[in-house]
Amino acid sequence: MSSILEDIERHHSTPVPADQAVASTSKTVQIDSHAINFGPQHPAAHGVLRLVLEMDGEVVDRADPHVGLLHRGTEKLIESRTYLQNVPYFDRLDYVSPMCMEHAFVLATEKLLSIQAPERALWIRTMFDEITRILNHLLNLTSFALDVGALTPPLWGYEEREKLMEFYEAASGARLHANYYRPGGVNKDLPAGLTDKIWAWSEQYPKFIDDLWNLLTENRIWKQRTVDIGVMSAEQALAWGFTGPNLRASGVPWDLRKAQPYAMYEHVQFDVPIARNGDCYDRYLVRMIEMRESVKIIRQCIENMKPGPVKIQDRKFTAPRREEMKRSMEALIHHFKLYTEGFHVPAGATYTAIESPKGEFGVYLVSDGTNKPYRCKIRPTGFSHLQAVEVMSKGHMLADAVAVIGSIDLVFGEVDR
Amino acid sequence: MYSFFHDSMIGILLLTVAETLAVLVPVLMCMAYATYFERKALAAFQLRKGPNRVGPFGLFQPFADAVKVFTKETIIPAGASRSLFLLAPMLTFVLACLAWAVIPVGDGWAVANINVGILYLFAISSLGVYGIIIAGWASNSKYAFLGAMRSAAQMVSYEVSIGFVLVTVMLCVGSLNLNDIVRAQGPGHFWFCFTLFPMFVVFLISMLAECNRAPFDLPEGESELVAGFFVEYSAMSFALFYLGEYTNMIMMSALASILFLGGWEAPFGLPGLPILWLFGKICFVMFFFFWVRATFPRYRYDQLMRLGWKVFLPLSLLWLVLTAGFLEFTGLLPNGAA
Repeated sequence: MSSILEDIERHHSTPVPADQAVASTSKTVQIDSHAINFGPQHPAAHGVLRLVLEMDGEVVDRADPHVGLLHRGTEKLIESRTYLQNVPYFDRLDYVSPMCMEHAFVLATEKLLSIQAPERALWIRTMFDEITRILNHLLNLTSFALDVGALTPPLWGYEEREKLMEFYEAASGARLHANYYRPGGVNKDLPAGLTDKIWAWSEQYPKFIDDLWNLLTENRIWKQRTVDIGVMSAEQALAWGFTGPNLRASGVPWDLRKAQPYAMYEHVQFDVPIARNGDCYDRYLVRMIEMRESVKIIRQCIENMKPGPVKIQDRKFTAPRREEMKRSMEALIHHFKLYTEGFHVPAGATYTAIESPKGEFGVYLVSDGTNKPYRCKIRPTGFSHLQAVEVMSKGHMLADAVAVIGSIDLVFGEVDR
Repeated sequence: MYSFFHDSMIGILLLTVAETLAVLVPVLMCMAYATYFERKALAAFQLRKGPNRVGPFGLFQPFADAVKVFTKETIIPAGASRSLFLLAPMLTFVLACLAWAVIPVGDGWAVANINVGILYLFAISSLGVYGIIIAGWASNSKYAFLGAMRSAAQMVSYEVSIGFVLVTVMLCVGSLNLNDIVRAQGPGHFWFCFTLFPMFVVFLISMLAECNRAPFDLPEGESELVAGFFVEYSAMSFALFYLGEYTNMIMMSALASILFLGGWEAPFGLPGLPILWLFGKICFVMFFFFWVRATFPRYRYDQLMRLGWKVFLPLSLLWLVLTAGFLEFTGLLPNGAA
């Protein structure tokens, strides 16, 4: 196949001079590569990806991703809302890992305010970040398997995701768009008995990972479809701005949870899986092993969690309790001010990033001292991965382009913002 | 009465129609319930319930689906070649039904008990690719065209190894008549799935490719080509493809049962109606179809061609030569083949 590609390139790159063309008896055959519109309405487009593929038969000559179909102007909307009102917008960025998105914004706000959430809140955040990681990897890995043609994993995965979303619901009241983290802590303490349920779940979950592992990892067709497909070397991965599991699959040991720990990540023991080849199979393996590590972290969080406040007790930043408001005029005023005007954030700027399930998710937040952000630039993870689709799928077949898109974990809520 | 049905023109015509209906109506019923069986089997693999709303255990679901496709509008794309576009699904369906003429459901019970039964089946299933190519071409869509190209290449590749498998079985039987093949596996004989085990495996896998089923469902290739060659079809024209696919699956299952699993013959001389034994074996092979579909990812186009030409073709050819040599030197070669 590569020889065909080279032929085409030769035809395109070295035009035959006019006089020679007339003289030579051989005719220059123009091979017409045809373009197909892959998405936005396509079962493997993962949302609203539009990929214009120039094909040479079944071989991808050029892959041109078009973005912006899910652009909602989140960054601009954020500028006209108070800090507290902005948290739900982050749920809607990467809607497969909502709480991690909130975490980045909440951390950035806390940094500008120079406040620190209480210990219990940090444990809760760490625990839910890891639950979110499993939620995300479950969806990605199983839909990746579906893209490659395995029908069963997604349905098994949805079953497990359902259980995790029930934990979301118990803590925040919403299954998906949680809006649970707050600058200065989390909205409410965990309901009684939730940690026991999560503990019980963490005991049976590794069994599920084993099942999924057995179905795919050593499956010959699965390996034929993913090994050596969409290879990114470590240098390439860094150059294209890869982060997270995609970067680690290429052999770069970089994880923000270890490199610049936030929340309680320095107090938990876990390993960061690294692979070597940077192909679709390695990206799959890294995510599979990350799920096991996440279960370990979740268990440590539950073990270490102690009773205590879940948000800082400074009434300038977090609302007082209901009972207090019935008795204290001052508490009522605090509540009113917080939910109308919101808190003012000292002038300054911060770039705060967290290790979201997809990679480095960063928020560059500029405050001018008012109650609304002056500017909020979001660094999406998927955007950098998407731009490399061209490099990864060039010269591969159409079916491989689908595998590549599945393996890099794209969610357009975040790419388009 | 006998002379009316066998001597007069009208009588022969009536008898043929009656015989045809006697085969086709049960086959189409089986086809309807094959979809139900598939959905229930897949659901069990995937920890779901499957259809369970229409009637008890969702048993009327196939009829609900049928009513749905009958009442929808047939959309013909603007750029499509109208007559070919409509011809393709009919061709697929008719060919799938035609094959049933020679399948014996009991000893000598076939609409046409002809001496070249296997050859006929082989010819009919080879024609099946036309429906797909015409559909892909007439739709005037890139996705459909790619699907059709894949399908043509795939069916041709796997027919070659299926051909060698059939020849091997014919060598052992000494006849191209499907009845004789089943009788050769009758009481006192091993089924060919034991004596020709490697050929049985090659046949089972090639059968999946021949029917365009997972893991060789590249022509439809849902995640790449959306629905492949029938991406532009809707309503009844879509349903005809669907019917054709399932009828073909049942036909291939029947063929696998006849060639390798002893057809209507009961194992160990157990009692029971021959037709029920055949039915049970067909169900077993159909289950194999669904089992594979629930378990495996899809092959890529070039991998599928490699498997067909570089693995199955040499393997079946080698086994054919070995079988022929073995039969010749041990003097077991049946008289008819000499």
